Amino acid sequence: MVDRIADIWGERTPFARGEHWPVRVDQKLADGLVEADIDRWVQSACVLCSNGCACDIAVKDDQMVGIRGRAIDRVNHGRLGPKGLFGSVQGMRSRDRLTRPMVRVDGHLVETDWDTAMSRIVERSKQLLAQKGPLSHGFYTSGQLFLEEYYALAVIGKAGIGTPHMDGNTRLCTATAAAAMKESFGADGQPGSYLDIDNCDAVFLYGHNMAETQTVLWARILDRIAGPDRPFIVCVDPRDTEVARVADVHLAVRPGTNQALMNGLLRELFANGWVEESWVHEHTIGVDELRAVVDPWTPEKVAETCGVDADDVRRAARIFGESERVLSTVLQGFYQSDQATAASCQVNNMHLLRGMIGRPGAGILQMNGQPTAQNNRECGADGDLPAFRNWENPAHVSELAQLWGVDSGVIPSWAPPTHAMQIFRYVEQGSIQFLWVSATNPAVSMPQLERIRSILDQDSVFLVVQDLYLTETAQYADVVLPAAGWGEKTGTFTNVNRTVHLSDKAVDPPGDARSDLDIFLDYAARMGFTKNDGSPLLDWEGPEDAYRAWQECSRGRPCDYTGISYERLRGGSGIPWPCNDEHPEGLTRLYGDGVFATEPDYCESFGHDLLTGATVGEQAFRALEAHGRAIFKVSEYVPPHEEPSAEYPYRYTTGRTAYHFHTRTKTARSRQLNQAAPKAWVEISPTDAAALGLGEGDVVRVTSARGELVVPVRVGDIREGSVFAPFHYGYFDAAASVSSGHASAANELTVTEWDPVSKQPLFKNAAVKLEKVADADGPSDAPTTTASRPAAQGTVRATVGGHDGEASSTVDLEAWTADRAEALS
Amino acid sequence: MMLPVYLGLLQKAEQSLASSYRQVADGHGAEPDVYHLCHTLAKQCDAHEQALAPVIERYGEQPDDEPERLHAEELSETRSGPVGLLRDLQDLYLLASLADVTWMMVKQAALGLRDEELIGVTQQCEGQIKVQLGWLTTRMKQAAPQALIVAD
Repeated sequence: MVDRIADIWGERTPFARGEHWPVRVDQKLADGLVEADIDRWVQSACVLCSNGCACDIAVKDDQMVGIRGRAIDRVNHGRLGPKGLFGSVQGMRSRDRLTRPMVRVDGHLVETDWDTAMSRIVERSKQLLAQKGPLSHGFYTSGQLFLEEYYALAVIGKAGIGTPHMDGNTRLCTATAAAAMKESFGADGQPGSYLDIDNCDAVFLYGHNMAETQTVLWARILDRIAGPDRPFIVCVDPRDTEVARVADVHLAVRPGTNQALMNGLLRELFANGWVEESWVHEHTIGVDELRAVVDPWTPEKVAETCGVDADDVRRAARIFGESERVLSTVLQGFYQSDQATAASCQVNNMHLLRGMIGRPGAGILQMNGQPTAQNNRECGADGDLPAFRNWENPAHVSELAQLWGVDSGVIPSWAPPTHAMQIFRYVEQGSIQFLWVSATNPAVSMPQLERIRSILDQDSVFLVVQDLYLTETAQYADVVLPAAGWGEKTGTFTNVNRTVHLSDKAVDPPGDARSDLDIFLDYAARMGFTKNDGSPLLDWEGPEDAYRAWQECSRGRPCDYTGISYERLRGGSGIPWPCNDEHPEGLTRLYGDGVFATEPDYCESFGHDLLTGATVGEQAFRALEAHGRAIFKVSEYVPPHEEPSAEYPYRYTTGRTAYHFHTRTKTARSRQLNQAAPKAWVEISPTDAAALGLGEGDVVRVTSARGELVVPVRVGDIREGSVFAPFHYGYFDAAASVSSGHASAANELTVTEWDPVSKQPLFKNAAVKLEKVADADGPSDAPTTTASRPAAQGTVRATVGGHDGEASSTVDLEAWTADRAEALS
Repeated sequence: MMLPVYLGLLQKAEQSLASSYRQVADGHGAEPDVYHLCHTLAKQCDAHEQALAPVIERYGEQPDDEPERLHAEELSETRSGPVGLLRDLQDLYLLASLADVTWMMVKQAALGLRDEELIGVTQQCEGQIKVQLGWLTTRMKQAAPQALIVAD
């Protein structure tokens, strides 16, 4: 048994480059139970981060009572992280689950039956469609639903109603990953594979605290580090994260300056001749523009702008330039910061310049934040057209019209999809009057919360919220729908490296709760959405019908699912797309042949100007004559819009801790996870603490131009001048509140601004001031096991799980996994 | 030689555009993308004007004798609301178009004169003005349906 609260990544199983990552099966059963007590195990995958670890759910007496990793699966080789082990089952089984629909009566939410709740929704929906038309409707979904549910929602929105106002929480977590790949390669679709960790000589982590955000993926890297030929690690992060602690080079950039750093790294590649000239010539366009833009960015200039050491820039570039196989991973430090898409494209450009794409060990992982974010992007519930179709390509639109049996004109393809922040703006202005929020919690997750709360509270909007619990957002709803969740419904979802998993229903949902798919299908039926021939638009009986319809939709597109059936997914490992007649086992890496998705009739996007977001347009894109070559997209560095000032002298940034997911809707309901990180905190450097007269645990007020936080201080390892707050801590558990002067949600302070291309909001840079409110009554509750550990070691009681945090862990060096042959080849 | 007249027109066009971007930015602060991008593009226009300065120094200034028929002056104030935003973006589009087409003519003259410095300046600035027009178009396309159909 291992205390997996204290030891987040578990026991090391070292391996060398080109060897097989050993199997280690992690398991946690409810107190007092042993394996012999379990009635059955039901196949699934974990939904508490984007890694997509395959697992089996333990069921006893028709209740979920535990979880174990699936040894055979290519993603995790049996492992699970603390959130998966302790949060999966407990997150679903809390007593306060929503079990009946609720409607607002005289200002209060009261329980009712499904017919009453759905009738209210349909009545309002029909009334608005008649009076105002489809643009009165908006849908804001999640990174948590299953593929089948997103696809149903996409068809309802695009073919039933015909509104461009559809997006998801994925806008906050993964929109830039998609945008950067569309710009560089012509379509979304992860080039790399987790297998690249096994084969690489160096890993570059750009704004990606993998040790906390994808703990099992980090365990794979730790096992390489513990092996005989450890890869170089380069970390770009303003905090001294666990990643930074093992890094050969740590570039602790000033928040907001990523693009300047990337320009400098690329300049070094040119300056030192680390360029695969012939590959670049054959497989890319635009290298001259890239060279011109990065040319002024000497290491010294980067040092001055980013606050890093010029020699560290040189060392990092040398590692990239002299390694044969580099894996790059990118996450929120880039996606939620200034010039998000431009900086993420620069990561792609590093690989294109060296021809390091599509071969073992040489890959890119533009990461996702949420477990099913990938499917939202694929299915188009985020506003894109399904199966990576191009909204500016009339042929793609008519393919969909044919598939759905509706007129092309119904499908909103005449303007860019409306992104989340703009949807909320339209609600604010009163032109969207029907907003349906599913499985997400904007009242805590979106920027500038005072504004978001006032928007949700407007009388002009009819708000439907569909969730497991009465979230902060649900408090504002006109109708609340109780949803079935993980383990209570069947469906598929796809992780960062395109691996598709099936999650089977293990138990019945509590009370009257229904799956999100059933709810959407019920809405479609009640609304009477039909095809041109008069038959129902959605005639699916259940998830497998939806999945088969999706397979057809994906046929011939980059995300081709036609070769992946439910039956193939049962019993074995997840399978990566594209999987079809050409690639019957699924394709591990994209672009190994150096042919990209930039054929104008095939591409997902004609691209954008990275500074402004102006669309390039079909004509100009055709004139580029990319024809299967990747595109070096570039933009000049632009300083952050909000810089520290005399009034607000510190730079503020936000992020995750290893023990929580999103707004803690599930993880706060896990005993072990909640005890590991029970309350909000803010991190400052020892130098700043001394200057402000602050000690560990002192309560501070952190103020930006938009709001304030009142939380205890952790004096930690963060760069001087920067302040960090975890974004998980809202108000549902009454640990804090805004009205009592103890706001704890990091997004009280963040700014309403977004990247011009991906439209991902800016969470990683704001100007703030700090002032002491009260003396400490003990250290802050920040975990000591992660980036939030105290700067002065041993001064704070260590974060441990004790007996409660123990999980079993069984290493099997001989065990077979689905990717073993490939790993060793 | 009438090039100096056109250099003056161009300088005036960029000045009007810069000040109009700033006007629209500050008048539509509740649209953060409009706010930030208009300020960014105003700075771009300032840079265009600066890039023209040495050329104007060489060729000298000459007033325009032609009478003004279309008064393309900077925006005096902004409108409000969704349709007001559209109208303001549309005005910016007109001013940017004027700058764009003036750059085109100055570029033609520069090519005829084989003036390498001016050719370089026109290429850089004309490209950026075209992107500005592209952004204004993209933003108006997004905003028009909502403003014209459902907004009050």
